[in-house]
Amino acid sequence: MRANCWYGKTSLSVEEVPDPQILNQRDAIVKISSTAICGSDLHLYNGFIPTMQRGDILGHEFMGEVVEVGREVTNLKIGDRVVVPFPIACGNCFFCKEQMFSLCENSNPNAWMAEKIFGHAGAGLFGYSHLTGGFAGGQAEYARVPFADVGPIKVPDHLSDEQVLFLSDIFPTGYMGAEMCDIQPGDTIAIWGCGPVGQFSIRSAFLLGAERVIAIDQVPERLQMAEQGGAETINYEEQNVYEALMEMTGGRGPDACIDDVGMEAHGPAGIFAYDRVKQAMMLETDRPHALREAIMCCRNGGTISVIGVYGGFIDKFPIGSVMQRSLTIKTGQAHVQRYMRPLLEMIENGDIDPTFVITHRMSLEDAPRAYDMFKNKEDNCIKVVLKPDWKENGNGAAKDDSYTVIH
Amino acid sequence: MPVNEQRRMLGGRARPGLSNNSAKRLANGLGWFSVGLGLAELLAPETIASISGVSKRRTGLIRLYGLRELAAGIAIFSQKNPREAMWSRVAGDALDLASLGAAATSPDAKVGRVAFATANVLAVTALDVICAMQLTNGTNRGIHAQGTCIVNSTPEEVYQFWRNFENLPRFMRHVDSVEELGDGRSHWKVKGPAGMEVEWDAKIVADVPNEVITWRTLENSDVDHAGAVRFERATGGRGTIVKVNIEYMPVGGVIGATVAKLFGEEPEQQLDDDLRRFKQVLEVGEVVVSDATLLGTGYMEQRPGQPAGADELESAEILPSETATNYRSEGGTVQR
Repeated sequence: MRANCWYGKTSLSVEEVPDPQILNQRDAIVKISSTAICGSDLHLYNGFIPTMQRGDILGHEFMGEVVEVGREVTNLKIGDRVVVPFPIACGNCFFCKEQMFSLCENSNPNAWMAEKIFGHAGAGLFGYSHLTGGFAGGQAEYARVPFADVGPIKVPDHLSDEQVLFLSDIFPTGYMGAEMCDIQPGDTIAIWGCGPVGQFSIRSAFLLGAERVIAIDQVPERLQMAEQGGAETINYEEQNVYEALMEMTGGRGPDACIDDVGMEAHGPAGIFAYDRVKQAMMLETDRPHALREAIMCCRNGGTISVIGVYGGFIDKFPIGSVMQRSLTIKTGQAHVQRYMRPLLEMIENGDIDPTFVITHRMSLEDAPRAYDMFKNKEDNCIKVVLKPDWKENGNGAAKDDSYTVIH
Repeated sequence: MPVNEQRRMLGGRARPGLSNNSAKRLANGLGWFSVGLGLAELLAPETIASISGVSKRRTGLIRLYGLRELAAGIAIFSQKNPREAMWSRVAGDALDLASLGAAATSPDAKVGRVAFATANVLAVTALDVICAMQLTNGTNRGIHAQGTCIVNSTPEEVYQFWRNFENLPRFMRHVDSVEELGDGRSHWKVKGPAGMEVEWDAKIVADVPNEVITWRTLENSDVDHAGAVRFERATGGRGTIVKVNIEYMPVGGVIGATVAKLFGEEPEQQLDDDLRRFKQVLEVGEVVVSDATLLGTGYMEQRPGQPAGADELESAEILPSETATNYRSEGGTVQR
């Protein structure tokens, strides 16, 4: 099969690799119809995640058709159309029983690596380095899906791939970012980062009852997409974020702040340079500018929801502000399995149409170019969907008509 | 390689345990404990029965146990290396625990006191096992590893699984097979590097259902090995905490060198990996593999996170689990 393989920092190659096979009883093999590039894939692309190995297949947002099932998979049959959640979860362990699927104790065979870095290990993830298990990813024609009896969700035929694909990651992730804010009627939520996950956090915050959402970024087309989702916006290159937020909230600050940025934050020149230098010198692994700012801006007693990905250590963390002002920090990789069904219902009800975030549709063969575009935000790139059978469909525009836009 | 050199190498990797002297001191202490408890059981069985919540009708049995304690204490003092006496103490502990378990079900038992007595005996058992293992080890130059995991099953289920030693190869990576010979004895086959195979016979020393199993190799085995596994009910019904201690004592010759190679590098890491697989087998039914870990989970064993080809899969040492048999029985072909 063809697959997008990692060969080093900003070095990708779509190659012929062996087809996946059933290795465990609860596996399924999925023939991938659509797969997407995630903002967190850029951390791998940019070489910020350790334990990558040459030849690793990337990709953790994918869906397709079940073509083979292991002996213990009784809920799926060949031909089912499924979306696959990015965390791999067994459904049997303490954390799965508690619905904390991204903390599954059994799905990461390389847990010892994660334990060395994090103290304890989280779940195995598709295509996300060896410390999350070393599972082949979904930017390929086929993928082996472990614990297929727990993760994949069947989707109805009347919904297009593009309407349901993001149930695999960015919709539940953005949603959990908003849910962790414990939004009360009348709340104002500030959101750092208007990438794809940030866009879903904006819409989820409104769905969960926020009265105002203020979105922060510097990329004009992303701010524009945020405004289309109902958010007020702050361009941090034009305005001081703290001052703007205080002015908008009468000096009290937003009730909750969501960090939808993570470890590769950009920011005003001075502080960005400081963190970039420390990162380059290995004095910190992550650039926490957005997180620091979110903490300083949040109102007393408010909540900081960290859903953007961090992988290591940061410097100058304002713990004093957190403690003195009774802030609550909530965080975690999304427990996607928990959210797939309710969010699928929202899509079916027409509460949200996730296709709004897609700006580019390309062939799987074009993955390296797509990563480069996404990284550099070329051609106003916000979200790329890759399709293995793109060529067969002629050019991309044809596929766009296949979904129904719900207003 | 000279034996001393091997010992130095192994010792350097081993986790610090008791020195042989302190093991002997501990044995002496436990010997005095045996004498004291033995005298008390012999002379004041009613008091012992009352303290431990056991029916007063059991005083005859308690006197017998007193004799056993006295004998064990005297044996400890009379031997230069009291390892046999210490192992007999471990066996005695098992008997005590079993008796307490039986006593708890008696209608006139005081359950709280029996539980208190059981906890005390378990604590002493742990000391006895450590001490006996260290003394068996002799030089304290052996490979020692301890590890723990928590499993989402009851102590009864976890104990049952472990007690069937033929299950051990399903999660112990280096163990090829264990054959139960009956009477607590078992025959082990362990894979070494370069196709070497090491075999030994082991026997169960202490076996307290749902609480503890200890085993060791028989006298005159090529390998001197002992292990102990304890099962503790986790709080709030959150499964079972499993605690394992393993000792491999260095022996000379090719077999010694093989065992040293197998376990010398990072014994604790290997035990942790085995316990992770143990948890997987119990909780999800088999050992979980990823593309990267088809050959093992070590750094050097990682292969890329992409599917293996048919020939690579065929030659891969897929971890010993049902996975391997199932894969092979299906011929590894994908029908689509």
